[in-house]
Amino acid sequence: MINAKVSRGSALFLGGLPFLFVAIVYLIASAQRLAVNPSDKLLPSPAQMWSAFLDLATVPDRRSGDLILWVDTYASLLRLFAGVGVATFAALSLGIAIGFIPRVRAFLLPFVTVVCVIPPLALLPILFIALGLGETAKITLIAVGVAPVMVRDIANRVMELPSELVAKAQTLGGNSWTMVLRLVLPQVMPRLITCVRLALGPAWLFLIAAEAIASTEGLGYRIFLVRRYLSMDVILPYVAWITLLAVITDWLLVRLSQAMSPWAHPLEAR
Amino acid sequence: MLRKLAAIILAASLSLPMISAADAAPKKDFKICWSIYVGWMPWGYLSDSGIMKKWAEKNGINVEITRINDYVESINQYTAGGFDGCSMTNMDALSIPAGGGVDTTAVIIGDFSNGNDAVILKDKAALADIAGQKVNLVELSVSHYLLARALDTVKLAEKDITVVNTSDADMVAAYGTSDVTSVVTWNPLVSEIVAMPGAHKVFDSSQIPGEIIDMMVVNTETLKDNPALGKALAGAWYEAMDLMSSDTPEGKAAKEEMAKASGTDLAGFDAQLASTAMFFDPAKAVEFTNGTELPKTMDLVRNFLFSHGILGTNATSVDVVGMSFPDGSTLGDAKNVKLRFDPAFMAEAATATP
Repeated sequence: MINAKVSRGSALFLGGLPFLFVAIVYLIASAQRLAVNPSDKLLPSPAQMWSAFLDLATVPDRRSGDLILWVDTYASLLRLFAGVGVATFAALSLGIAIGFIPRVRAFLLPFVTVVCVIPPLALLPILFIALGLGETAKITLIAVGVAPVMVRDIANRVMELPSELVAKAQTLGGNSWTMVLRLVLPQVMPRLITCVRLALGPAWLFLIAAEAIASTEGLGYRIFLVRRYLSMDVILPYVAWITLLAVITDWLLVRLSQAMSPWAHPLEAR
Repeated sequence: MLRKLAAIILAASLSLPMISAADAAPKKDFKICWSIYVGWMPWGYLSDSGIMKKWAEKNGINVEITRINDYVESINQYTAGGFDGCSMTNMDALSIPAGGGVDTTAVIIGDFSNGNDAVILKDKAALADIAGQKVNLVELSVSHYLLARALDTVKLAEKDITVVNTSDADMVAAYGTSDVTSVVTWNPLVSEIVAMPGAHKVFDSSQIPGEIIDMMVVNTETLKDNPALGKALAGAWYEAMDLMSSDTPEGKAAKEEMAKASGTDLAGFDAQLASTAMFFDPAKAVEFTNGTELPKTMDLVRNFLFSHGILGTNATSVDVVGMSFPDGSTLGDAKNVKLRFDPAFMAEAATATP
């Protein structure tokens, strides 16, 4: 069993099966409900979802005149990237400082470790009251939500750097600052990108949670808004759209990592 | 091997349990749901006090009353077929179940909002000052409708303001933050916000009386096959109404229980009732349902829903969902009547009450 090689074609087929299965189950259930009630909102047909999606993407909204899908996507991605960007910067600077400089580690590590276990969603009401209902609170939630784990991870990675490497750099005349730039930074870059990839999942969660509370646009906002009138023909394509955006971001990050640090990807290089 | 796998998957998906809409055959067990609102608190009381059980048994059926914490979720559950009846407003009944093709009958018109919903401005005392402001509200809810009606009265349009969708659970806290300058919400939140510094109630539902209606709706087919359900619901409801409006210790005890269930005390509950036009007398509810104002209100409501795209993405005209009124007249597509106002069960309760 474990030695069987999977050819490219059957790998594609096997990988597609679960998707196919879900699609078939959905189509059957949807057709049944629509046969009983043609305007059923719970399980719309693929055609209904597609036309709703096209409307959102191409027909200006009756009220605001905006192309809703793009306005939502732009607003959400901006928040997401701002939040994750802040977290990435924190992970890089704090992570390296904590991991590389013993005094900073003694000073900050216990604090970061404790902050790490606070569930960010529990902070949401506090953030909204302290920072208002605007963009600041949403971006802060995402940053606060993903940064501590990233900081810890990068710090750990820096601490794992072989001491021989550090010793050699020092004998070559490196001071702390040049070692950070020439030794630590290149070593942790691939790990940082992996960190960002792993953080994007929670980041989406925090984004949607923040948008559900108070917003004027955004992907999560739209889903919670149309939930008010059970518009599954909008909700399902939006979920698919979010999935697609997430997959694309992830793929781009992998590419970035491969381009920046080819040595970290020996398997893909073959 | 792969072919076998494909066969198994196909077989499994074909034998899926049939998911079908609410069964319309005569049955004995019924489920209705409600959510917290001053005008719907009697439903919880009916369940706890055994009044519902008494009336259900009298009609040879069982009725289970369930409280659902989230209002929208309760309507969605009803629309999906999980409940035979549910408490909701006229606007949501039209947009969610009726718009979703679930033929729905309003059997009990319980009350209309008479001040329970309000537009509140911070540090400004006139409604016209709302121009240019961000307005926090539960978008596409009756609050949004109230705002649209309010804006009409001062010749403003929705484009003159910015609507910020805000969850009702966060409304009071949101008002406390500095970037929130105006909110539209409902009781008990209104009374809590108005008590805060700088809050001015500049418009409320008493200025559009009878337009935000709270009712109990039931699946039309279920009701047609089981009129006993309508009788039991109306019978039990008006027993509670008699009790609430009577000046007796029992009536006071009943109201105290409802007050407790809604997280306030008797005084607070009475204050909320004061801005609610309860139809304690079924004859009054029948008169209201038969009245000429109701079709006009529903016309306003459906135009609001259509202009906000709430009648569904496939709704190409305001007429897509039909409504029928007690006199047999209809509004919208007469071939697609999905929301019916039927005073028969209330009328029966009116004649039964001495």
